[in-house]
Amino acid sequence: MTINNGQLTIKPTMKIFNHILHLIQLSIVNCQLSIKKSVFLAFVQKEFYHIFRDRRTMLILLGMPIIQIILFGFAITNEVKEAKIVVFDPSNDVATRRIAKQLDASNYFHIVRYLKSPKELDNVFQDGNITMAVVFDERFNDNLLHTGKAQIQLIADATDPNTATMLTQYASAIIGDYQQDLMTQNKVPYQIASEIKLLYNPQMKAAYNFVPGVLGMILMLICAMMTSIAIVREKELGTMEVLLVSPMKPIFIILAKAVPYFTLSAVNLVTVLLLSVFVLNVPVAGSLFWLFAVSLLFIFVSLAIGLLVSTLVNTQMAAMLASAMGLMMPVILLSGMIYPIENMPMPLQIVSNIIPAKWYISAVKGLMIKGVDIFAIGKEVIILAIMAVVLITISLKKFKIRLE
Amino acid sequence: MSEIIEYRNTTSDNCQLKKVIEVQNLVKRFGTFTAVDHITFDVEQGEIFGFLGANGAGKTTAMRMLCGLSKPTSGHGKVAGFDIDKEVEQVKASIGYMSQKFSLYNDLKVWENIRLFAGIYGMKDVEIKEKTDELLQRLNFADERNTLVKDLPLGWKQKLAFSVSIFHNPKVVFLDEPTGGVDPLTRRQFWELIYEATARGITVFVTTHYMDEAEYCNRVSIMVDGKIEALDTPKNLKQKFEASSMDEVFQQLARRATRIDN
Repeated sequence: MTINNGQLTIKPTMKIFNHILHLIQLSIVNCQLSIKKSVFLAFVQKEFYHIFRDRRTMLILLGMPIIQIILFGFAITNEVKEAKIVVFDPSNDVATRRIAKQLDASNYFHIVRYLKSPKELDNVFQDGNITMAVVFDERFNDNLLHTGKAQIQLIADATDPNTATMLTQYASAIIGDYQQDLMTQNKVPYQIASEIKLLYNPQMKAAYNFVPGVLGMILMLICAMMTSIAIVREKELGTMEVLLVSPMKPIFIILAKAVPYFTLSAVNLVTVLLLSVFVLNVPVAGSLFWLFAVSLLFIFVSLAIGLLVSTLVNTQMAAMLASAMGLMMPVILLSGMIYPIENMPMPLQIVSNIIPAKWYISAVKGLMIKGVDIFAIGKEVIILAIMAVVLITISLKKFKIRLE
Repeated sequence: MSEIIEYRNTTSDNCQLKKVIEVQNLVKRFGTFTAVDHITFDVEQGEIFGFLGANGAGKTTAMRMLCGLSKPTSGHGKVAGFDIDKEVEQVKASIGYMSQKFSLYNDLKVWENIRLFAGIYGMKDVEIKEKTDELLQRLNFADERNTLVKDLPLGWKQKLAFSVSIFHNPKVVFLDEPTGGVDPLTRRQFWELIYEATARGITVFVTTHYMDEAEYCNRVSIMVDGKIEALDTPKNLKQKFEASSMDEVFQQLARRATRIDN
C-alpha cells in the first residue's frame, strides 16, 4: 500500500521532469541548426566537470550563499538587541521608575546601572560598552502632572550613527507608549507623542533587508565572476583557440559555458530562499513564480556582464579583480543593500541607477517582503530587461570582434 | 636521424603533387600596420611545411588567416580546396590545430579529451570508441585512459595533444610551435609522430623556433617583416645562403628585419 502510494506520487513528478527535459532538448535542437545535440551536451558536461573537479570552486559556489546568509542574518546584524544603557534619575518617582522598567523589560535595552551624578556621563561613554544614557528631569512626575510637560534626555553614542538613531527611536517609542498609557488612564492631554510606525518589518529585522541584497550579490558573483573566469581560463590555457579553430560556432561555446553557471545560480537561488524562510524566518510574501522569473532575468544580465568582462581581460586574475572591484563593490555599496540609496549624495544616487543589482534588489524587496504584485515592480523589470538586451548585444558583438 | 630524412624523402616522392594549401598575395592589415604583406606559396599533400620567422614577423597572423580565425584584408587563399574567406566553415572542418600553449583540458581524463574534440569534429560515437582504443594502444597509453591529463608528463601531453589534433583525419594540421619547452628526446619522438601522420596523407604546417626541427621539414619558408623572404628545401636554402645549418640561414635573414619585436 505504502509502496503504491509512493509510486503514485513519484510517477507524475517523473513525468513532469521528463517533459521539462524534453522541452530543454527541443529548444537546444531548435537553436542548434548546424551543431549536433550530442556535441552541445558533451560540451555542457565538460563545463560541469571543470566545476565538479575543482573542489575549491565547488566549495565557493555552493558554500558561499550559505555562509553569507548566516553572516548577514546573524553575525553582521544592525539590529538592536539588549543594548547596554545607563540611567540618571534624580527624580526617582513613579513615572521615571515605570519608564526605566519598561526600557529594561524590552528586548532592545538592558540597564547596566543607575548613575549618581550627571558628571559620570562622560566616563560612561568612554568605556565604550554603553551605547545610550537616559537622563530624566528633576521632579519628572510632578512636572508631567502639573504642567503637562516633562523632559527626558536620550544621549546616544553616535560613533555608529545608524545604531544611535535606531536606539533613540526605540527609546522614544517606548516612552511614547508610556505617554499613551497615561492619557488613556487620566484622560488628560499631557503631550502628544509622535508615533513611529515601522512598515513591512515591524520587528526591524535586519534579515529582511539582507536577503534580497545577498541574493543580488550571490547571483551577480556566480554568474558574472565565475562565467568570466571560466571563459578567460580557456583563453589563458590556449584551449579557447583550439575551440575557435574547430567547426563549433563561438555562440555555442558561450552557451555551453553559461548553462552550468545558470544551473548553479538556480540552485543557489533556491538555497538562499530556503535558508531565509526556514532559518531567518523571512517569509516570501509575494508570488514565488514572479520572484523566480525576475531572478532569471537578473541572472541573464549577470551572465552578459560576465561575458563582457571576459572579452575585456586576458587573465583569470584580471577577470577576478574586474569582477570583484567592478561588480562586487558597487553591488555592496551602491545597490541599497547596506546603505540606503536615499541617504547618498546626489552623484552617487545617479550612479546607483546603472547598477543592475539595485533594480533587482528593489524588485525582490517588493516581491518577497512587501508582497506586491508584478505590476508594482514593473519599472524594475523593464529596466532589467533593457539592461539584459543591451548587455547581451554588446558582449556578443565584442566577442565576435575579438575573433577577427 | 638519417633514417628520418630518408623516410621523409620517400614519402614526398610517393605522393602525387596535389596542392592542399594555395596562397596568393595574402595581406592582413591592422589599421596602417601591415602584419602580412602579400605572401604567396603552395603546400602539397603529405608535405611537412616549416613556417619560420622571428617573433612579430607575421607568421601567427598568417596562420590564423589560414585557419579561418581572421579575415584576410586582400588576396586569396585556399585550404583543402576551400576558400579561407568565403568557406570558413568547410575550412575549419577539414583542418586540425595544435597551439603553442598546451591545448588539452587538464581536468578532463585522457579519453574524455579525445571524445570531446572528436565529437566537436562530428565523429560518431562508435567510430570514436574504436579509434580511441586503437590510438591508446599505438601510443602505449592504454593504462592512462582514465588518468587526468594534468597528471601526465609534459611530453606525453604533447604527444596526446598532437594525436587529438589529427584524430578526425584532417587534410592539414597546423602546429603552432608544438615542441616548446620539451626535452630533445621527446621532441624527437614527437617528430616521429609527425612523420607517421604524413605517411597517412596528412599535410603538416608547422611553425617552430628550433632550427634543428626546420631541417626535418620538406620545405621551409622564412618570414621577415610580413614577407616571405625565402622558400625552399632546407638543403637548397643552405646552398643558396652558403650556410652550414638552417640556423645560419635564419640568422642571415632575420638580421634584415626592421620591425621591432612586438
